[in-house]
Amino acid sequence: MKGSSKAAPWVFIGPTLLLLAVFSLLPILVAAGISLTDMDLAGLANYSNIEFVGIKNYIDVLTDPVFLKAILNTLFYVLIGVPLVVACSLGVALLINMGQSRIFRMFRVVYYMPSVTNVVAVAVVWLYLYNPGIGLFNYLLNSLGLGSVPWLTEPTVAKLSLILLALWRSIGLNMIIFIAALQGISKTYYEAAQLDGATTWQQMRYITVPMMRFAIFFVTITTMIGWLQFFEEPFIMTQGGPLDGTLSASLFIYQNGFQFSSFGFAAAGSFVLFFLIIIITLLQLKLQRKQAEE
Amino acid sequence: MQQQPVVSAPVPAAKIKKKSSSGKAFQWTAGIILGVIGVAMVMPFVWMVLSSFKTEAEVKQIPPTFWPESFNLDSFKMLFTEMDFGVYLGNTLLITLFSFFGLLLNAMAGFGFARYKFKGRDGMFFFVLATMMIPGQVTMIPVYLILNSMSLTNTMIGIVLPGFISAFGIFLFRQFMSTLPEEIMEATRLDGASEYRLFAQVALPMSKPIMAVQAILTFIAGWNSFLWPLIIANDEKLYTLSVGLQLLKGQNGTNFALQMAGATFMVVPILIIFILFQRQIIENYNISGIK
Repeated sequence: MKGSSKAAPWVFIGPTLLLLAVFSLLPILVAAGISLTDMDLAGLANYSNIEFVGIKNYIDVLTDPVFLKAILNTLFYVLIGVPLVVACSLGVALLINMGQSRIFRMFRVVYYMPSVTNVVAVAVVWLYLYNPGIGLFNYLLNSLGLGSVPWLTEPTVAKLSLILLALWRSIGLNMIIFIAALQGISKTYYEAAQLDGATTWQQMRYITVPMMRFAIFFVTITTMIGWLQFFEEPFIMTQGGPLDGTLSASLFIYQNGFQFSSFGFAAAGSFVLFFLIIIITLLQLKLQRKQAEE
Repeated sequence: MQQQPVVSAPVPAAKIKKKSSSGKAFQWTAGIILGVIGVAMVMPFVWMVLSSFKTEAEVKQIPPTFWPESFNLDSFKMLFTEMDFGVYLGNTLLITLFSFFGLLLNAMAGFGFARYKFKGRDGMFFFVLATMMIPGQVTMIPVYLILNSMSLTNTMIGIVLPGFISAFGIFLFRQFMSTLPEEIMEATRLDGASEYRLFAQVALPMSKPIMAVQAILTFIAGWNSFLWPLIIANDEKLYTLSVGLQLLKGQNGTNFALQMAGATFMVVPILIIFILFQRQIIENYNISGIK
């Protein structure tokens, strides 16, 4: 590290810093700027068409009933989706961690598979599975003597159907994080507990779960941020329908920006979402700190 | 399958004393539960592949057939004759190739942060990590406007450039490269090698394990890339497989056999790569040290 040429480190990190500045830092400033203007297609063609409108976009977006609906839908996704993903990934991780044979290693692969596949492709497949007339899901329900489910045609059911697809896609990665954490717990704890005659259940309750606290917290935070930005599934499968029932805040921003070209309005919406993400994350952090103190 | 992974995972705790019968019963129960849910997890893939070989009529039958009456390849041929999947495949591979240049930049940055002390280093590394917090929705519109002002919309460069840098990738490279032994670095320097040769001929080859994982993940991410190609490419000549599949879905909304063939064409190669390299990919998250 000594005696090296002074320029070398800058050559190594320079390109990265430049690209991050142009595509991460600058965009925030640009977004903040245009959120105060009426930037649209006319403004894109000729910058002299852009006018400063102050906080009008923010007032408009916060009083837009469609945006408020999108926010409520997003909170619905978070409230149902986050606990489901955390519980299912943790459950699968605990089960997989119980066994040692080759088949348990195979399960890791099986459960991880949906996470590596393309979202458009799996959405197309699930659209076929959810199809009300010829889909596999309704056929299976009918042959069990149950009625058909309006998978994507009833607003609340449609939200749950999208959650099911997203759950299927996200178990894998979170499960891997949990397994890594489980294997990091020192064996001596379990040996001591076994000497004291603790049952498997007691070991899990008093050793595993407390030792996993940080991993659970980490997965909860990242999953929550992910659900607050929920976009691809409703975009590909429902376009936000029926009756804006599956419209998420991210999809609202995308549609206003790229389909209606209201760049200023959409940028204001994106900052409202950003603000929401920060608030909820800070709340979660505070809650975690409080729990840790107890 | 016997060789140890990069960062060896500790033997599961249960291995020591769990020869008891209750442990066995637990394992069997766990195995059965995992098996049942596992079948449900792979079912969409099985149904996709089987349906892609069915005819357009068979796919709409009620009750559905499980096994195709005959394995016909018409839908796959249609992808290339009726649709331009050949072009989309070329573009997708090109994007993937480009993104390997981004991988090199990430490795360089990781090396720079790991092996040098210079003014402002920690602050800048924090900046790199902080960019992970910025939601894509905020940067989506301004990045489009920035690329537009550089006349890069509707170009291949415009599609790949915003995704070049992966802060998480830099983090992993830095973690790995800071563990390389300093003695070898010093010895190479004493031999008169420049810092750049040191990186290219010593540090990179020694970082093969992390490089391999990142290369596989880069390939998967490039192959799956969807949002930027969708926003930046107006011209169908620049469409990637995922954008093309989205187009197919819109144009052939009721031809499920064709849709399943398109999906199979996208998903199966990735599944094969994943299964071949699953150990390295899964261990990657152990390296990141989340405990």
